[in-house]
Amino acid sequence: MAGVTTADHASASQLGAAIQAAERRQRQRWRLAFVVVWMVILTGLVAFIFGTIKLNAVFLTKSIPYILAGVPITLFVSFVSITIAIFLAVLGALGRLSRNPIANGIASFYVSFFRGTPLLLQILFLYLALPQAGIVIPEVPTGILALGFNYGAYMTEIFRAGIQAVPSGQTEAAYSLGMGGRTTFRRIVLPQAFRIVTPAIGNDFIAMLKDSSLVSTIGVQEILYRAQVIGRPTFQSMQTLLVAAVVYWVMTILFSLLQNRLERRMAVGDRARPA
Amino acid sequence: MATTVDGRLRHVIDPAELPGRLVPTGAKPVIRATAIEKFFGDNHVLRGCSMTVYPKETITILGRSGSGKSTFLRCLNFLEEPSAGAVAIDDVEVDAAPMRRRDRAERERIRQLRLSATMVFQEFNLFPHLSVIGNLIEAPVHVKGVDRKQATELAEKYLAKVGLSDKRDEYPARLSGGQRQRVAIARALTMEPKVLLFDEPTSALDPSLVGEVLKVMEELAHEGRTMIVVTHEMQFAREAADRVYYIEHGQFLEIGPPEQVIEHPRDERTRAFLSRFLGTAHVHQTGGAPVVHVPDPMPETHHHDDPKDEHPHGHDHPDAHPH
Repeated sequence: MAGVTTADHASASQLGAAIQAAERRQRQRWRLAFVVVWMVILTGLVAFIFGTIKLNAVFLTKSIPYILAGVPITLFVSFVSITIAIFLAVLGALGRLSRNPIANGIASFYVSFFRGTPLLLQILFLYLALPQAGIVIPEVPTGILALGFNYGAYMTEIFRAGIQAVPSGQTEAAYSLGMGGRTTFRRIVLPQAFRIVTPAIGNDFIAMLKDSSLVSTIGVQEILYRAQVIGRPTFQSMQTLLVAAVVYWVMTILFSLLQNRLERRMAVGDRARPA
Repeated sequence: MATTVDGRLRHVIDPAELPGRLVPTGAKPVIRATAIEKFFGDNHVLRGCSMTVYPKETITILGRSGSGKSTFLRCLNFLEEPSAGAVAIDDVEVDAAPMRRRDRAERERIRQLRLSATMVFQEFNLFPHLSVIGNLIEAPVHVKGVDRKQATELAEKYLAKVGLSDKRDEYPARLSGGQRQRVAIARALTMEPKVLLFDEPTSALDPSLVGEVLKVMEELAHEGRTMIVVTHEMQFAREAADRVYYIEHGQFLEIGPPEQVIEHPRDERTRAFLSRFLGTAHVHQTGGAPVVHVPDPMPETHHHDDPKDEHPHGHDHPDAHPH
C-alpha cells in the first residue's frame, strides 16, 4: 500500500465540504418551497375572503378589541382546566394501576363515563341540570369543572401509560435504597412519567384551548362567545368568526412553539452525550 | 441442618460454622438467609439456599446463568419474594410470605432490611432525571431525613472514593457505562448500608470498562465492607472474596475460601463449571500443583456442616432429592 498522501487528505476534505454545501443547498430549497406553499394557500384564502365579503373597517376596529378581550378568559379557563385535568389524571392513573378493586373501580368508572359522553353535554348538564338539584355554580367554574373532568379522563390513560413506561429497574433501585412505595412514586416514578407524557399534555392543552370555546354555550365570555355576540346582531358573523379563528390559530402556533422549547428543556438528563 | 419445606425434608447448607478468613470467633452475623426457596410458576429456581455473612466479609456467588444466583441475591432484600425461608439482617428478620399481602408493619420491616442491604444492579438503574449528586443524596434526604448539606458532604466523599468528583453535576445519560456503575456504587455507599449487594455489576459493561468498576469493588472489599457479589469475574472472586459459593440448579454445591472452591473444587460439577470458565491452563497450573500455601480451610474434625458431608450424593443429578 502506497500510503495516504496529504493530497488525498486535501481532496477528501474538499469532497466533504462539497457534499456539505450540496446538502445545505438542498435543505434551503426545501424550506423555500415549503414557505411558498404556505404563502400561496394563505394568499388564495385571503383573496377569496376579500372577494366574497366586504370587510367593514370601522366595524372591525370596534369588534377586534372586543373579541381579543376574550383571550385572557380563554387562557384562564384552559390553564385552570388543564391543571385540574392533570391532577385528576394522576389520581385516575394511580387508581387504574391499583390492585385495590375499589380504587380501580372508581377510576375506571370515571374514565368510562367522561370519555363515553359528549363534552358539550357534560358542560350543559353541569350548567342546566345541576340547578334542578339545587346546586348552582357560576358559568366560569362550571365550564372549568366540565373541561377539567373531561380532559382528566382522557389524560388518565395517558398518565397510566406514562407511569408504566418508567422502567421497573427504577422502582427496584428506589426500593433497594429503602424508599417506600409512596416516596418511590412521588420522587422517582412520577417525575419520569411526567417527562414521558409532556408532549401529550402539550397536545391536550392545545386541544383544550379550542375546546374551551364550548363553554361559550353557557355564557362564559371567551373568544368565541364574543365573536358571536358582536357579529350576530349586525349580520357580520363571517368577519367576527374569521377574527376568532385567526386568534385561536395564532394562540395554538405560539403554544406549539412553547411546547417544543419545554420538551427540549425537559429532555435534560435523558440526553445522550453530545456529538 | 435439615429443614422441612412443603412437606419434604430437605438438607440445607448452612455455613454458619464455616467461617471465612476474617471472621473472628463469636462474631455476630450481618446477614442470615435461611432455606430460601423460590418458584417462578413451576420452575423451582432456588432449592433451600442458606447463607450466613459476618461483618467485613466479601462473599462471591458463582454459577452459570440461570443457576439462581441473581434470584438468591434479590431474595435477600425482597426485591424478589422468596417462596419459603427467612432473611435476617442484624436484628430485622422477615419470613417469606408468598401467599398473602403483607401488613404495614411487615412492609416497614422489609424497608428497614433494604436500608441495611443496598443493591448495585447490572443495569445501574441510576435516576435519569437527577444529576449525579442528586442521585446520591435522594435517598439519604428523603428516606433517612438527613440534612441536605450533610448528605451532600457525604455524597461528595463517596463520589471522590469512586473517582468521579468532577462528574458531580453531570446527568447519568452523559456518563460512560463504567462511570454510571461507579456512580451507582457511590449511591449505595452514601446510604451507608451494613452490606452491599452486587448483582453482576460488570456484566452490562463494555469489556474495556470492567476494570475501573472492579478496581473500586476490590478497594471496598479490602477496606472491610461487607459485600455479597454475584459475578462472572473469576479474578475478582479469587482475589477479593473471603468465601465463594458455587450455585447450580438453585443449590449451593460448594462453599469455601476461593483457594478451595476455585483452585481445588471438590465437587465435580464445580470443576466442570470452572474448567469451562478458566480454560485448561488453570486446571493444569493449580490442579497439579502441590497444595502447600493453602491450609485446609475446613478441617473435618471441627465442622459438622461441611458441604461435602451434607451432600453425600453430590455427584448425583442435582434434580434428584435424596432423603
